[in-house]
Amino acid sequence: MIKYFQVFYEFFKIGLFAIGGGPATIPFLMELSEKTGWYTMEELTNMIAISESTPGPVGLNMATYVGFKTLGPFGGLISTIGLTVPSVAVIILVAKFLNDFDENPYVKSAFFGIRPAVTGLILSAVIGMCKASLFVTNAGRMEPLTGSIVICVVSFCLLRIKKLKKLHPAVWIFGAAVLGIVFKL
Amino acid sequence: MRFLFELYGTFFKIGILTFGGGLTMLPMLKYEIAEKKKWTTEDELLDCYAIGQCTPGIIAVNTATYVGYKKAGVSGGIWATLGMISPSLVIITIVAAFMKQFMDNVWLQHALMGIRGVVCALMLNTVLILAKKSLVRPSCYIICIAAFIPAMFTKFPTVCIILLAAVSGILIQKAGGKAE
Repeated sequence: MIKYFQVFYEFFKIGLFAIGGGPATIPFLMELSEKTGWYTMEELTNMIAISESTPGPVGLNMATYVGFKTLGPFGGLISTIGLTVPSVAVIILVAKFLNDFDENPYVKSAFFGIRPAVTGLILSAVIGMCKASLFVTNAGRMEPLTGSIVICVVSFCLLRIKKLKKLHPAVWIFGAAVLGIVFKL
Repeated sequence: MRFLFELYGTFFKIGILTFGGGLTMLPMLKYEIAEKKKWTTEDELLDCYAIGQCTPGIIAVNTATYVGYKKAGVSGGIWATLGMISPSLVIITIVAAFMKQFMDNVWLQHALMGIRGVVCALMLNTVLILAKKSLVRPSCYIICIAAFIPAMFTKFPTVCIILLAAVSGILIQKAGGKAE
């Protein structure tokens, strides 16, 4: 029972402080993994892939998935509600009391600081994720997963091409899954 | 009451047709909310969306709450949001339960090794896109690096970094004499 409260509290906190939508929740989800050990970094990578390629906004999908992983179906419900409650409360307050919220000079200045910081936070989370997904630790030594690294580098280069950039993430994920099976990575 | 169900249903539909992040949702929102239902004009919808982006939480949820609230008050906001989160809840719960049983499957293991690589590439790409949008002035680079270093190398809480960034944004703009 205590764990349900804990899941609710953690996701409530993420909902309140993750500014900038789905990707902004990733640094928090990594912090949560380190802090609680409810899931590993590799599992988080899988969860991101699945959340990107199933219907529904990625941020919500990830919350449901992490909650499910931690405490089963009911955990998924609790984490998603936890994530949503602060949004709903903040938006209703903003809509009710603050006309031109996004034009307010204080709000604008705060976001002038928050946006680049969120970019830095996400960069750090993504580096951590790459380390956990593209290497395995064997007897204290980091060993590269060559196949996954090749796919990462090649797809990153392909993502620079304008026409390919527009492809949906799910298409990329499906392609990589096929390559993984074909080359028995 | 009927209108609340309509809000629920409409946002359920938008939720289930959204693949990917909240940003991919905009065309769907425009079609359903502005063109078909005429609940908002296109400009109002863009305002909703802007507010959804600069308030905490998932953009999709913020936008749903805002539109719902504007149309039918607090319960409207809640029903629209419930509609938005329902597809994720149902679909992910099914997928997650299903995945659990297939995790030992060799094929899935191979597929996941490929997927790991591409997810890292996609995420790095997201960072680049965000950097282009958010690093518009020299002071932005400093804030970005100042947030990156403690996040990467220390256990400094993410929440504190965000709060400090908000404060420095206000101080920088104050020192600059004008808010943009």
